[in-house]
This record gives sequence, structure tokens and C-alpha cells, in this order.
Amino acid sequence: MPINLDAYLGVHAEALKVYGRRTEVLAANLANADTPGYRARDIDFRAALAAAGSPSSPVKLTTTHDAHLSAQHTQAADGELKYRIPLAPSLDGNTVDVQLEQAAFAENAVRFQATLTFLSSRFRGLLTAITGQ
Amino acid sequence: MPSFKTFDIAASGLSAQSVRLNTVASNLANADSVSGDPRTVYRARHPLFEAVRATLSSAQDASGVRVRGIVESNAPPQARYEPGHPLADEQGYIYAPNVNVVEEMVDMISAARTYQNNIEVLNTSKELMLATLRLGQS
Repeated sequence: MPINLDAYLGVHAEALKVYGRRTEVLAANLANADTPGYRARDIDFRAALAAAGSPSSPVKLTTTHDAHLSAQHTQAADGELKYRIPLAPSLDGNTVDVQLEQAAFAENAVRFQATLTFLSSRFRGLLTAITGQ
Repeated sequence: MPSFKTFDIAASGLSAQSVRLNTVASNLANADSVSGDPRTVYRARHPLFEAVRATLSSAQDASGVRVRGIVESNAPPQARYEPGHPLADEQGYIYAPNVNVVEEMVDMISAARTYQNNIEVLNTSKELMLATLRLGQS
């Protein structure tokens, strides 16, 4: 019986990718905590996961010239990165709330590890099925 | 898993904050470097931060931080009347740097906190990557 590994791993493999990208975005927010004019961003997890689940983007870009760029590389990125609405914007235009970002980063790390645990148990299940022990 | 870009971003934050700590150290060390001429006296230095994208290809990319330059403060130096000072000018004034020591201390604490934040990001990313590498084992 052939096993579709992608279907077996379920949403967790895609979720891991999105958590990985979110780590990057939150790291950028924390690194720019003192940069004037920097606006904090975050990933809309639901939209990102939905975009990662569908292989082809429904949005097409019409090209009328050979030199025009196609939209194929922007499929998953569009619309999922959003600017944070600041609770207390500072005078220099920076909207990074360090405490909020730290909390989001910690939460993201825990969710990442939870997804890893899920994946790990899936692999263990496969291994049990293969070895029969 | 978090890509190696996370390390680059956190490292850019670390280096920017250490530049800031350097300027604070320089300002504090020179807080009492007086001069007889207001044009040659030491002026407080501060770094200018700027967000920089890791790649130019995508506007959606996460960005690191870099120091765009170090600017000298335009605040006027403090004139002090000390006619007995060997550097005093004809009117008996010496000029102290426009370093605000309290401001510099606050700047130092802020830089240290942000530095620690970036270290924390590095550590967490490293742990997540190592956990990903161990995926499926044991």
C-alpha cells in the first residue's frame, strides 16, 4: 500500500514553514527596536497557512511585454505580512513594542516546538508500522 | 525551520547595538574633556539606525538593521567661567562637551536591553534549528 507522505504529515509540515518565516519577521522587529521610522510587522498566520496549502496562486498578473516580470514568486508572500497597529506609537515613527514582540516570539517558538513534537510522533508511528514492534 | 536569515538579522541587531554602546562609552569617557575653544571641543556622538532588507527582490522580506552613520550633536557646548584654568580663553571661559551624562546612561541601558533581546532571538532560533535537525530521531 503506497503511503502519501505529504497527506500523512498533514498540515504540520506547512505550519512549520510558516512558523519559520514568522521567526524571521519577529527577529527583524526586535533587531529594529530602536530604528527611527521602522514599522513592526507580523504574519497573518491563517492567511499564510491557507496560501501555503494551495499550490498555485489564484492571483494572476497580466504581462503585455516580454520584459515584464511574472507574479509566480510572489504567490505566498502577498497579503500575509501585515503592519502592526501600535498601542503607543513613539515620536520617531517606530512602532515596535518590544514586550509584545518578545511575547510573540516566545509564543512562536513554543508553537514551533509543538509542531515538531506532532511531526516527531507521526514519524514514530510510521517507524512502528515499519518495524512492527 | 527558521532559516539562517534569522541569524543574520539578529547579528545585524547585535552589531548595531554594540556601535551604540561604543558611542556611549566614547561620550561618557569624554564628558569632561574641556577645551578653550567652543569649535574644537568634543561633541556627543550618536548612531543613526536604518532598516535594511536582506535581499532586494521582495518588499515583503524581513529586514535587519544597520548603522547609517554617526552624527555629532549640534547642541551648544557648555561654557564655564574658570579663569584659573590653563585652557581658559581671554574672557576666562572654558568649554565642556555637550554630553548629557544622564541621557547617555539611559541610552546605554536601552542598548544593553536590545542587545540581550537579540541574543535571546539567536539562542531560540538555534534551539529550534537543532530540534528540527533531531526530528524523527528517538
